[in-house]
Formats: sequence, structure tokens, C-alpha cells
Amino acid sequence: MPETSEISSLPSVLGDVVKRFVFSVQDYSLLSLQSVTNLFSPPQYWADTVDQMDLIGVGSLPIIIAAALSIGGVMVLNTASEFQRFGETALTGEAVSLALVRELGPAITALLVAGRNASGIASELGSMVVTEQVDAMRALGTDPIRKLMTPRVVAVVLTVPVLVAIFDLVGLCGGFVVAWFTLRLGAVQFWTTAIRALDFGDLVQGLAKPIVFAFIISTIGCYQGLRVTGGTQGVGRATTTAVVISSVMVLVSDLFLAKLLLYLFK
Amino acid sequence: MVRPSRTSIMLDAKTMVPGEPFIEFKDVRLGFDEGDVLRGVSFDVSPGETKVILGESGSGKTLLMKLAAGLLRPDCGRVWVMGHHLAEMSEEELLDFRRHLGFVFQEGALFDSMTVAENVAFRLREEHAAEEEIEQRVREALRFVELEQALDKFPAELSGGMRRRVSIARALVDKPPLVFYDSPTAGLDPVTSQTIITLVLRGRDLQGVTSLLATHRVQDAFGLAHYRFDEASKRVVPIASANGKPATPPTNARGERATTNVVVLRAGEVYFEGSTDDVLHSSDEYLKKFLASAE
Repeated sequence: MPETSEISSLPSVLGDVVKRFVFSVQDYSLLSLQSVTNLFSPPQYWADTVDQMDLIGVGSLPIIIAAALSIGGVMVLNTASEFQRFGETALTGEAVSLALVRELGPAITALLVAGRNASGIASELGSMVVTEQVDAMRALGTDPIRKLMTPRVVAVVLTVPVLVAIFDLVGLCGGFVVAWFTLRLGAVQFWTTAIRALDFGDLVQGLAKPIVFAFIISTIGCYQGLRVTGGTQGVGRATTTAVVISSVMVLVSDLFLAKLLLYLFK
Repeated sequence: MVRPSRTSIMLDAKTMVPGEPFIEFKDVRLGFDEGDVLRGVSFDVSPGETKVILGESGSGKTLLMKLAAGLLRPDCGRVWVMGHHLAEMSEEELLDFRRHLGFVFQEGALFDSMTVAENVAFRLREEHAAEEEIEQRVREALRFVELEQALDKFPAELSGGMRRRVSIARALVDKPPLVFYDSPTAGLDPVTSQTIITLVLRGRDLQGVTSLLATHRVQDAFGLAHYRFDEASKRVVPIASANGKPATPPTNARGERATTNVVVLRAGEVYFEGSTDDVLHSSDEYLKKFLASAE
């Protein structure tokens, strides 16, 4: 009977979905672990790591600067009207500084890097898989995880905190320029409150998060790329999935990291 | 000076027991979600032999090559290559094992972000060979495939045939005793296909390479069985047959008989195994279809 077969097949379909999900998580975890443990045994591909740092770090600078300037300025515009109502425009620098360093800097930089580099990594590695270049590497006796994944993970983990620091600084500059034009706020007043607002915990929070975000972005990009199936269509799918999953994972992990870091430093 | 490998795997014909096959497949099965692709494949390859795996598209030729190189693991059965049971080796041991093999992929599988010279030099760089030695050996390998002028080109600038030749140079640069050719003539015109087969002949006769060659072109098998590369005249010459008897296979650079035999794969099973003459004189309808396609 059709009803019976549909009912009986539902658990098996669900079972397959759960099994596939658990298998993917396991596969991703093992691959990520291997990319880290590779750092403790030779050979190391430092030249490839520096190349990737240039590609990811320097290559992402223009979009980071443009986004930071806009966000810093927009924050001042949005907060200024509220502060003006209470005659506390001097607090603008403090508000912008705290929001950028604690939250917006790491999160928005990570999302931009995810959009630009998780997709780039997934499509590059995916193309290598479908054109058998990864198999060719294995056939030549080279471990593709060591040669392709580890340098990318290290490069992203090292460059994203630097990009976040640049984002914070440029964002504050953008905020200051807008504050100067719209609120007539002086440089000393803006920068003094902006810097004084930050304590050690904020800086740790602002630099610890990017390391975790960078690891998530790079490992998901590499995992999606190295596990591509289904030819060029599969590469497109992997690229989209890499961006979506890494962006969502950045935001989800941000929630838990914020709670943990606030608990540790407050 | 080439750096010694990290693990202690020694792969050379000299380390093998005399009389032992170079490659042995025994009841090898491999399947995916869609079902079994290889269903109990068994055959072996002797030192110096060129085994041509003949089969239609989807018959499992590429899987067979990848199993022999340890790039895939069988579901069951035994793959024994140069004294090593591949299923019992770790991935790290397999990486070391593969440094002693050559593999020519169907589409060349050249690294598209590297020049021709960098592609050919890849393995030597991984082994930290001296730059002068790398340059000399890369030039030598590219001269072997007559592409010395393409040193600085990128794969995207090369034709399909040239890409296969670079892939052959990359596989032979370290002078491995065993080379896998995965459909090296697929999608090429007859003249370029002949050039590729000539390179396989040169590898066999001048470097003493034992090989496994997957193809759907029966002419490739006949080319390898009936011709040899004459070093003196630098030409491919027919192997002379006496009194209508099958020709004696030439002796390769390692002093082994460079025989050529055929395994026909059909639906994941060995359908036929024998010499090219056996194929030629067979009355089997399926084999005749292959012969007809060559005419």
C-alpha cells in the first residue's frame, strides 16, 4: 500500500539525513584536526603560507577599509541624534569604539573574509579536485591537506586579527570624520573618549574572536573545496555552501564567544 | 642530491622476490552508492610488461588505475604492487610509496597555477633536490617529450596533446620503475595519439618502465605490442616476426622482456586476458567489436 511504504520510508530517509550529517561533522573535524597537527611535523610549506597571507590579507584590505569607513560613519550618524537629545555628544567616541572593537570589527571583518575568501578557497580547491589536480598531487607523493589546507588555515588565522585591527582603526577614523562634520566634535575629545572606553578585556575580546572566526572560515572553505563531488556544478554548490555555512557559524560562535569572554573579563 | 624519503619503504625491482609479479590484483571489488563498479577483478603484471586495460567508458579502467596507485582502497580483495599490500599501508606510507611511481592522468591533471617547468619539477622540489639538478632533469624530461620550448608556458596555453606530454614528462622525471597511464590518448586526434604511444614506447624501451595503460583504443595495444623504439636510429620500428610466428618482445633497459598483454574489462569484470595476437584471432563477438572500431 502506498501509505504504508511512505510511512515506513520516512524514518529511513531521516536516518540517512542524520547519518550523512554526523558523517560530515566527523569528516570536517578530522580534516580540521589534521590541518593543525600538520604544523608539528615536516614538511612545512611556509612559502605557500606567505603567498596565501598576501592573497587573503592584502587582497581583502580594500573591502575592509571601505566597509570600516562606512560603518564607523553610519554608527556616528545613528548614535549622534540620541546623544544630542541628552546633550552627551562627547560620548560618541566611546560608543563607536566599544561597538567596533568588541563586536562589529570582528564580526563584520569575519563576514567579509568569509564572503571573499571562504568562497575563493572552496572554488579553488574544488576546481583542483574536479580536474584531478588533488589526485595528481597525491600521486606525486604530496599530502594535499598539508600542501593546500594547512597554509590556507594558518594564513587566514594570522591575517584576520590584523584585518580586524585595521577595521577597528579605520572605522574609528570614519566615525571621527563624520562626528567632526556633523557634531563639530574635536579630535582630542573624540579620540580620548574612544581610547579611554576600552579596557584590556575589550582588546582580548576583539582579538580572540577573529582567531576563532578565521579558523572556522578557512576550515569550512577547505572542507567544502576538498570534498567537492559532481563536477563544475559541484564546485558552484561548494562555493555557496562554504560562504553560507561559514557566515552562519561565525555569527553562532560569536554569541557563545561573547558570553564566554564577557564572563571571563567582567 | 635527492633527499631520502621519510619512511623506510624501498620500492625497486631489485627488492622484489624473483618471479613475483610487479602488480597483482586478486578478487578486487569496489563499489559506490550506485552499486559495484569492479566485481572481483584478478590479473597480474610482470616486471617489464605493459598491460593494456581495454574497456568501454564506465567499465572501471580509471578506478583500476587509482587502486593500483593506492589512490583508492578496494572494498575487498588484494592489490599487491612491487611487494606491498596497499590496503595494509597508512596514507603516509602510501604517499612515500607513490613517490616511486609515475601516474599520467586522463586529462593531464597539470597544476594550472604553475608553469610547465614547475609542473615537471614538482616532485623534485618536494624532495628538496638542488636547483641545478632540478633544472637539468626538467629539461631532460621535457626534451624526452619534445617540449623543451614550452618550459615557461602555463597549462592553459597548451593543446590537449601537449598537456598529456607534459604529464608524461612529470611522471617520468624521477625515472620510476612503474608508470600508470590513464587513457593517455582519449580525445586526441590519431597523429597526436601516435605521438603519445611513441612516448610510452620510449619509456618502456629506454627507461625500462613497467606500465599499466588504460584505453578504449585497441590500436594503442597493437602499437605497443608490434613496435619498439630503436635508440640508434631514434625511431619507432616494427618488431620483426619470423616465419609467421609472433614476434619476440624487445628487451628493455633493465634487461626484462618488454611484453605487451591485454586485459579486457567488461561491466567491472575481466572479460578477456591475453596477448594482442589472441585478441586479433579471437572469434568472440565483443572483442571483434573492439577490432572493428580500430579499422
